[in-house]
Amino acid sequence: MSAPRRPTDPSGLERYYVLTGGRSGPGGSASSLDVATLIVSRTAPEPGMQHEHEEILRRCRDPLSVAELGAHLGLPFNILAVLLADLLEAGRVEARDPIPAHEAGRGPDLALLEEVLSGLQRL
Amino acid sequence: MDFKGFDHPGGPDAGGTRSVKVMIAGGFGTGKTTMVRSVSDIKPLTTEETLTQASADVDHLIGVADKTQTTVSLDFGKIGINEQLVLYLFGTPGQERFWFLWNGLFKGALGAVVLVDTRRLASSFRAIEEMERQNVPFVIALNVFPDSQQHPIEEIRDALDISPHTPIVACDARDRASSRDVLVALIRHLKDRSAVALEPR
Repeated sequence: MSAPRRPTDPSGLERYYVLTGGRSGPGGSASSLDVATLIVSRTAPEPGMQHEHEEILRRCRDPLSVAELGAHLGLPFNILAVLLADLLEAGRVEARDPIPAHEAGRGPDLALLEEVLSGLQRL
Repeated sequence: MDFKGFDHPGGPDAGGTRSVKVMIAGGFGTGKTTMVRSVSDIKPLTTEETLTQASADVDHLIGVADKTQTTVSLDFGKIGINEQLVLYLFGTPGQERFWFLWNGLFKGALGAVVLVDTRRLASSFRAIEEMERQNVPFVIALNVFPDSQQHPIEEIRDALDISPHTPIVACDARDRASSRDVLVALIRHLKDRSAVALEPR
């Protein structure tokens, strides 16, 4: 909720540039990534991989949202999305988009809402 | 090393876990982060987006370190609904004018809670307008601050110009059970809407 601000680390941009090879946005399958998309590793990290790729595979053995991954790795969404695009293209991770609110113009599935409701009521 | 789940991508480990998302919106200082914090199972985290990358142009160099870099933060938390389903809660950035820059911020959300501070109704006008514009179903949660005066809900509905179908509930965003009840009100509202949509015309 904090106000937009300049990056506090002036070297951040150069770091991002190196991490992404200068790419600013993901293409293909990763362009639909949402902050709530769950990422799940499909393969183990391999020696010689880019450190961040390795880190993503390690952290996503159990499904983890893009938002959590970004917070843990200290990477903004768009930079992380570029890295995830590499892994998605290589088939190393699977991305599960959040269950959408509207499918084919209808409201959310009643069974899903029922499930959410009973989960909340157990809190 | 233990690589559980890697051999059975569809198995019960990594499982078929899916996510749903709910947005917590409202004006500056209405208690969005407080609500995320009180109801989340995890310590709330922050994720960021740098806004100069709003256009996804692959050839555009991001290394141009000039003054136009702005960062917008989203505080978020999560609630384990059951073993197969996780609910993510995202507190929207304070400045509503940046919402549209975060591509698809509200897309795919089940719905939203719009927090309102009854001492400063106007601070949530923009959030309400934005929900209506983006067609996001929402409930209004009046965050009752210690020095808030009691207003009849219908008075507030008039003042905010809220449709009679949109629920308005009072809450204390600092309180877990109270925040949970707001989410319950939102999901009930979504159910009602779905039920209406499914009725034959």
